[in-house]
Amino acid sequence: MDSSRRRVLQLLGLSALGLSVKPVLNAFAEEAEQQAQAQIKRGENALSAQQWAMVVDTRAFESEDDFAPLIEACHKIHNVPVLENKRHEIKWIWTDHFHNAFPGKAARFLSEEVEKRPFLVLCNHCENPPCVRACPTKATFKRESDGIVLMDFHRCIGCRFCMAACPFGARSFNFRDPRPFIKETNKQFPTRMKGVVEKCNFCAERLAVGQLPACVAASDGALTFGDLYDPASEVRELIRTNFTIRRKQTLGTEPSVYYIV
Amino acid sequence: MSEKKLIILGLIIFVVIVTFPLWYNRGKAAPAPERILTDKAKAAKVCVRSTDYMKAEHMQLLDLWRDSVVRQGTRIYVSPSGKEYNMSLSNRCLDCHSNKAEFCDRCHNYASVRPYCWDCHIDNPKETS
Ligand code: SF4
Ligand code: SF4
Ligand code: SF4
Repeated sequence: MDSSRRRVLQLLGLSALGLSVKPVLNAFAEEAEQQAQAQIKRGENALSAQQWAMVVDTRAFESEDDFAPLIEACHKIHNVPVLENKRHEIKWIWTDHFHNAFPGKAARFLSEEVEKRPFLVLCNHCENPPCVRACPTKATFKRESDGIVLMDFHRCIGCRFCMAACPFGARSFNFRDPRPFIKETNKQFPTRMKGVVEKCNFCAERLAVGQLPACVAASDGALTFGDLYDPASEVRELIRTNFTIRRKQTLGTEPSVYYIV
Repeated sequence: MSEKKLIILGLIIFVVIVTFPLWYNRGKAAPAPERILTDKAKAAKVCVRSTDYMKAEHMQLLDLWRDSVVRQGTRIYVSPSGKEYNMSLSNRCLDCHSNKAEFCDRCHNYASVRPYCWDCHIDNPKETS
């Protein structure tokens, strides 16, 4: 008698357990089904490369006015704010003197023309980027698929280690909320917030839809963009047929921006 | 003896104070906000996933989109129905749901969550400022 009551209780317990497990299993099954169905893929027009690189023909530029449209194009589409205070300045692409752009390459006496001429500078998307090594959150990373040194602004904690690590001053920090300082907002592209670092992204968002970087498109052929590891690419052709230099090459960061002087 | 009474009284007062929010608000739960759709969202009929999925999982979906776009550079989402979407908060989601105050904020306020999406993403890409 006793044993049969125990048996009934055991059965009841087991079935109660079974009932409570069922919805959980169902939920898992549903989840798995949903995930399996959705897919993620690259855009059909997306441009790809092993390592994107840029060649700047510095002979095509004489004065600041020649650079203005390029800088304007970049800063406008990327919502880069204009801050008058030099210490708060945000820049993705800008100009510098030969001495500052290429320290160690300037002889004591230089050709007057080179001495006076501004040079276009931006993030070099180094092949061995010190900024990536310094970043404690992996907010800055080198994208495996095409070598662009990118930032995940969501993740940046504003520690600025990357700025200390970059030997090219390619990065800017948002000391203030940038929104009030953006003249004309491009609504297709996000802004940044206070406390975040930013820099040139080699126009990753344009490459993804098959467009060349904005500065290249605005340069009238003075800037060339392409795959450094494709021997048939335009950049390689230019590097092969012209004498080019890179910024602070001796530091070993392997910049991907080449200059024809 | 008198101490025992005091202790019990104290305990009662303590329990009453601690449970005050529970019985005071009993039966008065704020009604869940109503979802307001723009004409464009209504016309589309379905979101990138089913409404239930979006209600429960949109944050995970956005997280997935973010990593995929920023880190892998893959920007096209193919939904189970086979339709392709550009994975972009500003340019895809907010294109239909251009009524942030009525669509996003209401529910977020109700659930008392403060996502900081709009610190950077522009809330209504089509609006003329
Ligand atoms: S130029 Fe500076 S920011 Fe750009 S990849 Fe090199 S080290 Fe990093
Ligand atoms: S400031 Fe941001 S990107 Fe730079 S090192 Fe810190 S977390 Fe990384
Ligand atoms: S590549 Fe794009 S982000 Fe970089 S400087 Fe040129 S326009 Fe700006």
